[in-house]
Amino acid sequence: MLAKRIIPCLDIKNGRTVKGVNFVDLRDAGDPVELADIYAREGADELVFLDISATEERRKTLAELVYHVAEKVNIPFTVGGGISSVEDVDVLLHNGADKVSINSSAVKNPQLINDLVAKFGSQCIVVAIDAKQIDGEWKVHLVGGKVPTEIDLFKWAKEVEERGAGEILFTSMDHDGTKEGFANEALAKLSTLLNIPIIASGGAGNMQHFVDTFTSGKADAALAASVFHFKEMEIKHLKETLQNKGIAVRL
Amino acid sequence: MKIVIINYGAGNIQSIKFAIERLGYEAYLSDDPQEIIAADKVIFPGVGEASSAMRKLNNSGLKQIIRDLKQPVLGICLGMQLMCNYSEEGSTEGLGIFDIDVLRFSNAVKVPQIGWNQISQLKTPLFEGIRDKEYVYLVHSYYAPVCKDTIAISEYELPYSAALGRDNFYGTQFHPEKSSSPGEKMLKNFLEKI
Repeated sequence: MLAKRIIPCLDIKNGRTVKGVNFVDLRDAGDPVELADIYAREGADELVFLDISATEERRKTLAELVYHVAEKVNIPFTVGGGISSVEDVDVLLHNGADKVSINSSAVKNPQLINDLVAKFGSQCIVVAIDAKQIDGEWKVHLVGGKVPTEIDLFKWAKEVEERGAGEILFTSMDHDGTKEGFANEALAKLSTLLNIPIIASGGAGNMQHFVDTFTSGKADAALAASVFHFKEMEIKHLKETLQNKGIAVRL
Repeated sequence: MKIVIINYGAGNIQSIKFAIERLGYEAYLSDDPQEIIAADKVIFPGVGEASSAMRKLNNSGLKQIIRDLKQPVLGICLGMQLMCNYSEEGSTEGLGIFDIDVLRFSNAVKVPQIGWNQISQLKTPLFEGIRDKEYVYLVHSYYAPVCKDTIAISEYELPYSAALGRDNFYGTQFHPEKSSSPGEKMLKNFLEKI
């Protein structure tokens, strides 16, 4: 049976992990490769690296990071953040990334999804969507959720699927950082409307939140950052809890 | 041992090279027929679309070279699918090593299948030391049905071939290079037990 996936997300700036990461057994808390390796050993099913650097050197630094992660880590990983062209993706996949995630660049230029799918295949193209409720309607937001648009979440998600994306990473800006649970109603609607896997993101605070997003939210995978980075939750323990609730996980 | 990964411009092959290096071996990327023929072990990767990958193999003459190989060959993901008779993806002929046609999952399930799924009914030394129902990592929209060459079964919508084997040819639908320690064990088996 296909297992539900647990995905830690690492924010990267200039090739280093940002946000304080509370790992006592880490020699270098800022080294994404070492952190990725630890998560892989602890039972993470996949990893996401989100690059938030804004320097001229960012492309080269990110490509080097991808190479070193692939060298060391034996589980799949996705790279996102500022990817806006076929050339960007080519370099990252060539260096060992399994998937890339695009966000604002897809909204600005939806044809990019088709171009990437034609060149690299659906299986490695993830479209990340940040959305927030405005007057009861889910609207897509850009630039890490800072810039609102008039675009409806569900319409955009459907278009993303039709253009060939292999997966959607949906972050609810209303839930992100709250630690009060995922946006399960919107997630379930996405899962019913679309026929590609949906990754839930934003709101993870405790283990029950993961149970809920896999059951009532119908999510295929769940992504979280701080609960893992600050050791509030051990991945192995989380997966055991999920298994006890009858949810298929890889243990 | 000379290990060659066939490089015909299909996707992420760096990860396979790294996985082999983690096992303490070295692997070479090559599209040179002489180098491929001379290798002790050949890995035939594939990420991307079937008909365009087949076109590349036809144009480069690698199609016949691969079919005629006598040493152990391991096709991975699309590589395995291309070793079959035919694929619905782009309606293309395959290499015809495994006597089965590759089909698309129906919309009764989410397509592509992405993630970790279990394998069982494991046959051949490729799976030595691997437990029944072990999880492996897969990303695919097309599958090879269960057939006489099936050496591992997985289930998504229906039981399908997670791996195929015939004579010196092996193929896995999953990515051993991304399947954590069980995947590395299988790669090690391919290099040392086959």
